[in-house]
Amino acid sequence: MTVLGIDIGSRTIAIAVLNERGELLAGHVADSGPRPLERAREMAGNLSSFRRVVATGYGRHGARADFATDLITEIKAHALGARHLFPFCRTVLDIGGQDSKVIRLDEQGRVVDFIMNDRCAAGTGKFLEVMAQGLGLPLEEIVAAACTSDGEITLNSMCTVFAESEVVSLLAAGQPVGAVARAVLNSICDRTMNLLLRLGIEPPVVFTGGVAAIPGLPAYFARRMDLMDLQVPSSPQLVGALGAALYGIKVKKATG
Amino acid sequence: MTDYRKLWSDLGMDLEKHDRLTSALPLIYEEVYLQQPERPQAMEYFDLVVAEIHSLRIVELVEHRRRGGKVCGAFCVFVPVEIIRAAGAVAVGLCGGSQFWVPDGERVLPRNLCPLIKASVGARLSGTCPYFQSCDLLIGETTCDGKKKAWEVLGEYAPVYVMDLPQMKRPQDLAAWRGEIELFLARIEELTGCRVTPGRLAEEIRLQNRLRQALERLYHTRKADPVPISGKDALLVTQVSFYDDPRRFIDKTEALVAEVEARIASGQGVFPPGAPRILVTGTPMAIPNWKLHHIIETAGAAVVCEETCTGTRFFEHQVDETGRTLEEQLQALAERYLKINCSCFTPNSGRLEDIFRLVEAYQVDGVIYYNLQFCHGYAVEYYTVEKALKEQGIPVMKVETDYSEEDTGQLRTRVEAFLEMLR
Ligand code: SF4
Ligand code: SF4
Repeated sequence: MTVLGIDIGSRTIAIAVLNERGELLAGHVADSGPRPLERAREMAGNLSSFRRVVATGYGRHGARADFATDLITEIKAHALGARHLFPFCRTVLDIGGQDSKVIRLDEQGRVVDFIMNDRCAAGTGKFLEVMAQGLGLPLEEIVAAACTSDGEITLNSMCTVFAESEVVSLLAAGQPVGAVARAVLNSICDRTMNLLLRLGIEPPVVFTGGVAAIPGLPAYFARRMDLMDLQVPSSPQLVGALGAALYGIKVKKATG
Repeated sequence: MTDYRKLWSDLGMDLEKHDRLTSALPLIYEEVYLQQPERPQAMEYFDLVVAEIHSLRIVELVEHRRRGGKVCGAFCVFVPVEIIRAAGAVAVGLCGGSQFWVPDGERVLPRNLCPLIKASVGARLSGTCPYFQSCDLLIGETTCDGKKKAWEVLGEYAPVYVMDLPQMKRPQDLAAWRGEIELFLARIEELTGCRVTPGRLAEEIRLQNRLRQALERLYHTRKADPVPISGKDALLVTQVSFYDDPRRFIDKTEALVAEVEARIASGQGVFPPGAPRILVTGTPMAIPNWKLHHIIETAGAAVVCEETCTGTRFFEHQVDETGRTLEEQLQALAERYLKINCSCFTPNSGRLEDIFRLVEAYQVDGVIYYNLQFCHGYAVEYYTVEKALKEQGIPVMKVETDYSEEDTGQLRTRVEAFLEMLR
């Protein structure tokens, strides 16, 4: 019997299927769409084939009411997932569609502290998406564009809405796209760094969530923030679902 | 149901707008309060008070004023209600706790101001709060800059009197505060046309002490495991204490305490034994602000104590009852009220001591620091509180929010993750 972990986020849904030994049998990510819960159930497939279904993410309560057997928060899910992939991990940086968080683990991997961004979207995936639009670039190219410049313009606004108009007016004022893209990335880096510093950085740091999947971005972050050993899973978007599934195996063991 | 529209329109209220305000409350109340399992029977009274919040008590206030009596509204736990009542006036608490009033407040106040101030002013401007409409005098204090300036704005719409609260607790500050209380007494006597006699004041001092003790006894029951009453219910009782007739409130609360004590004796609780126990500390939660408690308690933890102005800060410490002369009584009042550890004081190390004492007494597993957005005093003080608690290995998390619902999902995640950490 297998265990399913399902992470229902604001932008994407990820599922991970593990066997009893914790080996990943299947994992994939899809857009949440307009009806995330339905989409999640579809993606889960035949529910009776799982011993447990553990939901996490924004939609976890809905899933628990509907089809999941357990729920855990994104915080715990990312901690479990990151620790599984990187057994010595002590700090998790997770940047998703609408929020960013930093999680501190002790030596045993227990969550000892965490912080999340406040209610606004600055510094999250959503922020990057809006900025890419303002830049007229696909999200995947934003880092490459930023690397064509070594300028030091900075964005003054933290707010997504104001920052977007700032991007547009910088371009209108004749600033090269690369320099503005760089300003955008630096602004996210600085925000993230603040979050990390508020909690204290204990290496190794593992970077998870959708933003970590943007090509070149983790390396850019690592350089800018001087984090030499920033670890990035091969599928950073899957970490929450993986953690949820791992939790399912753990409770299963505990309750027999 | 009686039709109170005449009553409200006589108070000069905006009936249409008021309908919108009151139509939302029963739904929220049903979800937040009535669906709780195993509630004490005696909570019925408090349910009634909320259901009739704009009617039953207002009828009493109107009646009092018809007989020539006065009503004073206060916004903060520093206002000595004993004096108001000793002069024959009624004192009511006025802290606005609803998002409904915020837009009206923002018509005259900046957006980046604490929701409590915006809602209070908005409640007056919108003409939808019958308590505001019933007040002959509003009593402000200088506890924070936002309030201090807001009184000047509010003063254009209603008579306002401001008490100058010192920001330190040195002997000269106590003397100054005592002077403020004397001035306050004179102003209240002028308002009511009644002299405050030592006999009347002694009576009110005893009454308010009894009211505070009733709350203290209620809070004491929450030290039990399993906890016999929910944090939401206890918060509600405290909130009601600001509005209600004090004698009736004491009776009803004592009846509640008796029932809850019997529960403890039989081991009955509203949460399973061993459920995580949370202390909430920070800024006040005025009716109907039950947001954080609701999130915590639906996530499976019990709020066992509030170190807030709608909690221990309101009822701890009694006024010395031995004073015979007005002189002695005013001194005793000044001393008691200056013991409140509001973040407007510097230094405010007493608050830290309070928090540690309560963590111990209520066997708390974690502390949630509640901060109304833009309340700078409490926001800055978090630095000190967090550091001290963490040094002692006591988990703490800060929640900064307002009255709106848009961040509920995010708060839920943070609270649940905090609880996962405690388990
Ligand atoms: S926090 Fe301070 S100012 Fe605000 S109500 Fe409490 S005592 Fe008054
Ligand atoms: S909550 Fe803070 S900012 Fe708001 S009125 Fe009270 S002390 Fe002032």
